[in-house]
Amino acid sequence: MRIEIRICGLGGQGIILAGEILGLAAVLDGKYAVQMRSYGSEARGSTCKSDVIISDKIIRYPIIENCDILVSMSQPSLNKYIDSLKPSGILIIDEDLVKNIPRKRIEKIYGLKATRIAEEKYRRIMANMIMLGYMTGKTGIVSIEKLREAIKRRRVKMAEINIKALEEGVKLSKLKV
Amino acid sequence: MFWQGNVACAEAAVKAGCRFFAGYPITPASEIAERMAQILPEVHGIFMQMEDEIAAINAIIGASWAGAKSMTATSGPGFSLMQEGIGYAFMTETPCVIVVVQRLGPATGQASKGGQGNFMQARWGTHGDYSAIVLSPNSAQEMFDLTVEAFNLSEKYRTPVILLADELSAHIVEPVKIPERIVVVDRRKARDHSEPFFGSSDPKGIPPMPEVGEGLNILVTGSTHDEWGYRYTSDPDVHRKLVTRIYWKIEGNVRDIADYEADIDEKAKVGIVSYGCSSRTVYEAIDRLRGRGIRVSHLRFRTLWPFPDWIVEELAEKVNVILVPELSLGQFCREVERAAHGKARIISITKIGGGEMITPKEIIEVVERI
Amino acid sequence: MKHFAVKYLREEKLPTPFCPGCGNGILMNAFFKAVEELGYRDLRDFVFCSGIGCAAWIPSPHFMADSIHTLHGRAIPVATGIKLMKPHLKVVVIGGDGDLAGIGLSHLIHAARRNIGLTVIMVNNMIYGMTGGQVAPTTPRGIKTTTTPKGNLEDPIDVARILVEAGAPYVAKWTTYHVISLKNSIKKALRKKGFTYIEVVSQCPTSYGRNAGFKNPSEMLKWFKENSITYEKAKKMGRDIWKKKIVVGEYVDIYRKELTERIRMEDLDYEN
Repeated sequence: MRIEIRICGLGGQGIILAGEILGLAAVLDGKYAVQMRSYGSEARGSTCKSDVIISDKIIRYPIIENCDILVSMSQPSLNKYIDSLKPSGILIIDEDLVKNIPRKRIEKIYGLKATRIAEEKYRRIMANMIMLGYMTGKTGIVSIEKLREAIKRRRVKMAEINIKALEEGVKLSKLKV
Repeated sequence: MFWQGNVACAEAAVKAGCRFFAGYPITPASEIAERMAQILPEVHGIFMQMEDEIAAINAIIGASWAGAKSMTATSGPGFSLMQEGIGYAFMTETPCVIVVVQRLGPATGQASKGGQGNFMQARWGTHGDYSAIVLSPNSAQEMFDLTVEAFNLSEKYRTPVILLADELSAHIVEPVKIPERIVVVDRRKARDHSEPFFGSSDPKGIPPMPEVGEGLNILVTGSTHDEWGYRYTSDPDVHRKLVTRIYWKIEGNVRDIADYEADIDEKAKVGIVSYGCSSRTVYEAIDRLRGRGIRVSHLRFRTLWPFPDWIVEELAEKVNVILVPELSLGQFCREVERAAHGKARIISITKIGGGEMITPKEIIEVVERI
Repeated sequence: MKHFAVKYLREEKLPTPFCPGCGNGILMNAFFKAVEELGYRDLRDFVFCSGIGCAAWIPSPHFMADSIHTLHGRAIPVATGIKLMKPHLKVVVIGGDGDLAGIGLSHLIHAARRNIGLTVIMVNNMIYGMTGGQVAPTTPRGIKTTTTPKGNLEDPIDVARILVEAGAPYVAKWTTYHVISLKNSIKKALRKKGFTYIEVVSQCPTSYGRNAGFKNPSEMLKWFKENSITYEKAKKMGRDIWKKKIVVGEYVDIYRKELTERIRMEDLDYEN
């Protein structure tokens, strides 16, 4: 089993942190995981991605060529990375930020208004946690319990509210789309 | 621990006894400084952000003479600025560790994108004759292990050691296991004048190192000096003796210093030699090739310099072709080719730009064409 | 009877290699007088750091002490590393104007800003002496040097005033004519905990004096005497005076908590 997840968006959205939390949760689940980042020179606003590979074997090759799950929180980043999604892959988007999906054949697409929900109920910067919870709810690749633990261990600021945002995402994933 | 490579490096440095860090912010090495700023005060160490990389390398040299294990971390542009100071550390036999997270150059290049273009600079970067110890990790785990090793070799051989990381090993977040027992080597310290501080009767000898502030009246100079540190600005013999020993104390111990990973199939006719981030691609390419019944051998160097010539030569005797993938236009390949002594055909696989890695497919295609 | 300073020197390395009439000897004398008057029998508590240039050879290898002869311009960062690890030591940097005000100027300014407890003595001979008399950042306008054959078109840098602005708690400037004041400033600087800077305008008869039209070293000293003005007087005069005269005296002498003291305090003190 080797699952490749690519989370992409803009600098400042917590894309890299989301990947680190996911990877750590997988490790706490007893699996192997790596997380790799890619970013531009701008601290805020440029496209960035966070690649996570989860496997039951040691991961010697940490590069994603074609991902199983693509999570996108911005239109430019989706445009850039859509082709890396496998034909059988799952696409998860923030519906407010991604309006146009520049590829026809995608087996499963899920969307939610994570940033809007984050702004209304939590903090804008916690949209990443809502996306993470939602993605996990839809795919079950790690346990929610370990995600909670990962947020605490990673010493994320305002961990409790972040966990609430995560749980909100999980809850929303169970709704019929 | 699920650590970023740079974090693993900082944590390992403290475990290896590092108590002084001076640096200057630079992508993609800054996380090392940031972590050091957090954890060094907890062990009563000193973290110092200096005004530039030149100040940083010289400050760690000063701290080393004050008895501290010291370190800095930088990337290409900063490494270029540090070269004169690194030469000073070679000449004065000052132990210290310089972590270099390679990025794309020359000049500012692509700051946040990975490359392997500092292979030759790490060995030949400063002027004059000397020999350098350069280690190269390929994972977060090795960022930990080889940082400890870098300090140990630095203390043992009383020389600066360069940890030549790259964007992958620095920024990858991976499980890191902290060994239960970490072997820590400390420099042989001079406590009196019974043995000279800068000379040895053994041409490969490593003199004991004194510390300032202990009443030994030590003289340190980057000029040519005799065994007690007195400056000789023109005497040919003093220069010859000093520089030859500084060279041979490293080159003469290449077999002690060499560290590599060998995955040898005795019947393979194709070999691959790699280091750093490119080796992770080679692993995958080899798995796929072997899955199809194609036999391949792989050598991956953790010690880049002094270059372990004989290991390459042994491989070249077994195979017909050696592939050398790297994220530079053939720096590493040039050295492999030299060490193979014409005993195998060498094929260079290069890629630069955007931080893109060589893909397993690209290696497999070359193997298929052979 | 031996000269009082011999106990601070490596006798076998004497005489020094400096040219006849060089100002370096005057500074050495003033420094050792200060050290002796402060009661030091030897230099065990000191570490000397110097860079490249004639003045950098003052401590290395002549002083019977720990001395680190660093790269050109880099004595201050090396000294910073030592002071941070061993704050109890008196870390003294001795260098020339090329070393400290030219290639190493940024380190000097940052050391003053940080207020790290170094004593920096800059021997300002207004020329690159060791390399054969090239123009320095401290060379006055119009002076002919080997690299300004028709005269220097640039104005010299005023390091002492820069360091006052950078926050140095002690800055003094003298010439080799003002030996007693120089000695007293060195004493004061060595007793102070923070960053201290003493500039001594000095004669280089070989590379500077000949080109500037001085017949011998004593003419230069006489010129220092006649051409200097005290800091107090200069402050009351127009801006031009700083360019025309050598302004001598204590530019600043205040208290600021030293860096290593701040680092080592249990509760970090951001106030002083």
